[in-house]
Amino acid sequence: MTPSVRLQEMIRIIRSARTQGEERGVIQRECAAIRAQFRQADNGGRSHNLAKLLYVHMLGYPAHFGQMECVRLIASPRYSDKRVGYLGAMMLLDEKQDASLLITNSIKNDLSHSSQYVQSLALCTLACMGSSEMCRDLAPEIERLLKSSNSYIKKKAALCAVHIVRKVPELGEMFTPSVRALLSEKNHGVLHGAVVLITELCERNPETLDAFRKAVPELVQIMKGLVTSGYSPEHNVAGISDPFLQVRILRLLRILGRNSDTASDAMNDLLAQVATNTDSSKTAGSAVLYETVLTIMDIKSESGLRVLAVNILGRFLLNNDRNIRYISMTSLQKIVQTDHNAVQRHRGTIVDCLKDPDASVKRRALELSLALVSAANIRSMMKELLTFLSSCPPELRAHAASGIFNAAERYAPSQRWHIDTILHVLTTAGGDVRDETVPNLIQLITTASDLHSYTVHKLYRALVTDISQQSLVQVACWCIGEYGDLLLKGDCEETEPAEVTEDDVLDALETVLQSHMSSPSTRAFALTATMKLSTRIRDNIDRIRSIVSIYGSCIDLELQQRAVEYNALFKKYDHMRAAVLERMPVIDKSSPGHTNGEIPGGTVKEPEQLKPKPPVTGLTQQPASQVCDLLDLLGGTDKPSEPSLAPPTTAATSTNSTVGGDLLDLLGGLEPTPVPTVTVYEKNGVMVKLQCDKHTDTAVTITLIASNSTENDVTNFTLQAAVPKSIQLQMKAPSGDVIPAQGMGHVTQTVLLHNPSKATLKMRVRVCYSSQGTMCQDTVQVDSFPSPVEN
Amino acid sequence: MMRFLLLFSRQGKLRLQKWFLPLPEREKKKIIRDMTTMVLARNPRTCNFLHWKDLKIVYKRYASLYFCCALEEQDNELLALEVLHRYVELLDKYFGNVCELDIIFNFEKAYFILDEFLMGGEIQETSKLTIAKSIEASDMLQETMEEYMSKPAF
Repeated sequence: MTPSVRLQEMIRIIRSARTQGEERGVIQRECAAIRAQFRQADNGGRSHNLAKLLYVHMLGYPAHFGQMECVRLIASPRYSDKRVGYLGAMMLLDEKQDASLLITNSIKNDLSHSSQYVQSLALCTLACMGSSEMCRDLAPEIERLLKSSNSYIKKKAALCAVHIVRKVPELGEMFTPSVRALLSEKNHGVLHGAVVLITELCERNPETLDAFRKAVPELVQIMKGLVTSGYSPEHNVAGISDPFLQVRILRLLRILGRNSDTASDAMNDLLAQVATNTDSSKTAGSAVLYETVLTIMDIKSESGLRVLAVNILGRFLLNNDRNIRYISMTSLQKIVQTDHNAVQRHRGTIVDCLKDPDASVKRRALELSLALVSAANIRSMMKELLTFLSSCPPELRAHAASGIFNAAERYAPSQRWHIDTILHVLTTAGGDVRDETVPNLIQLITTASDLHSYTVHKLYRALVTDISQQSLVQVACWCIGEYGDLLLKGDCEETEPAEVTEDDVLDALETVLQSHMSSPSTRAFALTATMKLSTRIRDNIDRIRSIVSIYGSCIDLELQQRAVEYNALFKKYDHMRAAVLERMPVIDKSSPGHTNGEIPGGTVKEPEQLKPKPPVTGLTQQPASQVCDLLDLLGGTDKPSEPSLAPPTTAATSTNSTVGGDLLDLLGGLEPTPVPTVTVYEKNGVMVKLQCDKHTDTAVTITLIASNSTENDVTNFTLQAAVPKSIQLQMKAPSGDVIPAQGMGHVTQTVLLHNPSKATLKMRVRVCYSSQGTMCQDTVQVDSFPSPVEN
Repeated sequence: MMRFLLLFSRQGKLRLQKWFLPLPEREKKKIIRDMTTMVLARNPRTCNFLHWKDLKIVYKRYASLYFCCALEEQDNELLALEVLHRYVELLDKYFGNVCELDIIFNFEKAYFILDEFLMGGEIQETSKLTIAKSIEASDMLQETMEEYMSKPAF
């Protein structure tokens, strides 16, 4: 039984093992036998034993004990031993093993062997696993072999040199002189090796690159020969003469022509010729054309040539072969920035590729489509992209959604279109959008003030249909809370009219609150929206109260806190509920509050920071910091006084902390001394007087006194004030918010003005109240303050 | 430059592995696992190119074997398809209507042929004829030596 059959016998046995365990057993037995054989002295079957070991190694079992055997076999004089030994070296030894150094000497000897096949083994092994030391040692040998007369050896030596240059770049200089001569060879193998070596040398050394630019005419000649030559049976592949060599030459030309006008000029004709004459019906031709296109786009080619290249890519897009379509899209992606108009011409085909069943093609088409969106084609492109979004594979959804948002933001033709687009994305792929989408969309909605009614109607309808997409639900809740009154009014020109009752709206919000699909932040949105509606609806306030109070004992801490605070708003601070829950101002995208949750430093300085905290922190980041900005005013910082005024919330806190003190203050303010008063507001029977209690150079204390001469009580009476920048304002708690009818009582509120810069005192006062069923709101400006009597 | 070339069956069994870059054993095993899972999971009607880490993976199925190679950024994928096809043609010429069993039982021959075609991740020889001749000559050399060695007169 000759040894080689034993190898095949072993393979057969291993393959017939029925279980993994059985296979392991067989292999262990064989490995033991092999190890025993290795330990024996020289015997004829060594190479076959190593071959068996290599098979075992390929199955994944450890075979490191064969390493020394490889070294021994390589040193053997027999060709069959060397063949298997070198194969073993390439499989088992790599530069990290110490044993690899041991074969350096054998390789060196074999490089000068009389048989070219032994030489080739050594060259191949060196090129496969040669370490830097081995390369340094053997580089002179390789250089010598480059000049040999044997083409078989020359071509292998060239590739071995490539490996050496990759491992030890400095050695490149050694090969540069000899490789130039190789370009005049006729043998394709040698030519190919030479081109690869030159490419490698030029990529690593800019001086070599300059030197080899002179070889461009020679390379062009070789290419021309290949392209125009007749049928050569030896090198022909599907009608193309040696596509492998053609592609490598084109690649070298690309490197040489980059950044060089002269070199690029020299190859223009050739590239045009290759581009027009190559038959691309088979992969070989397409490979050559592809490389040509890459070269044209990378060098300094004339514009006609570039257009030709882009057209080739466009043709590829229509090719039946999926691979070619994929390739063309990757290439178009690379050039879409620089040759935008040329690529735009193929937009239709690219958009069609969005429907290709292949996922890789789809991905490429998506990226290209997003890159091609412009102001001119935004509407049609968006239609396509949205259709794509509804049917695209899940791994592409997030990318598609964010791409659509970016495109919509840059090129939206109108605000309504923008909002529609975002809503569409949220309904189809709401789960895949990024977190910033929700605040961004809210900000967008607040700026589009004429579309509030339309937006809230659409969102309400979307909410009623489906509450699973969290981003959509959050935005919808926010809008319903904010613009609920517009929703209930029901008339909106842009959508079909629908009767929405207060119960419907509250039902919708309650569903969101109770659904297990809602995330905790979504429920928080819903709760706040419900609360906000309490000032925008008339009949179901009790229902809201009950909803809110239920959540006062919710396990979720955030919800619980909100519910408790809202409850407090209902109970103790009912008079300020309207002001707290009124319409948000337009959110400015670049306002200081527009950060994720960071509240500008100034707000924290509030002097009376006690429970219940102003119930605004739970809202989305921007509105939260917006209201905190308002609080800022009261905190006495340098924020400019805006007409959005000092809310009574801080007044609420001051009430809590200094309850007793304020009352005393109030009492103090009401001393019936003949202090100067000025009427600042008089309308509808309501009169507000300003009384100046104390007046120093830097501080003024005034009291605002409101009285009512109508027949009915005035309810929900609130005063807000604002002062110029340099003055600081502090409003104490009002005495109440109901002004009894017919002058039977007053509402007073003390205001402290701190004026360190002694600026002219000016104040703007806003008066809000309910009189005879109507809400009234007025603003007056107080320019002159009465000076108190000097005591 | 080609980084590696793998041949595996439809059940994921490795039939040939050629690495053109030094890698630790564990790394190689992981790559083999990744490649087999990725390629075997592909729909038959998708394109033959994949993106994996920073490499382009080109694969082609021939009967029951998957030929899979990894390319660097600047390499031409369409040409890689041609390279794989050329290798299959060489095997076919050598074994005569090659099938998976031939490669299993004569794996060392498959390696020898590959080593005549590719070296250091690059193509060595673009002519089918030349490669076939070299393999033939090497085989003859091997047999001659063996015959010579096993002759009783020696």
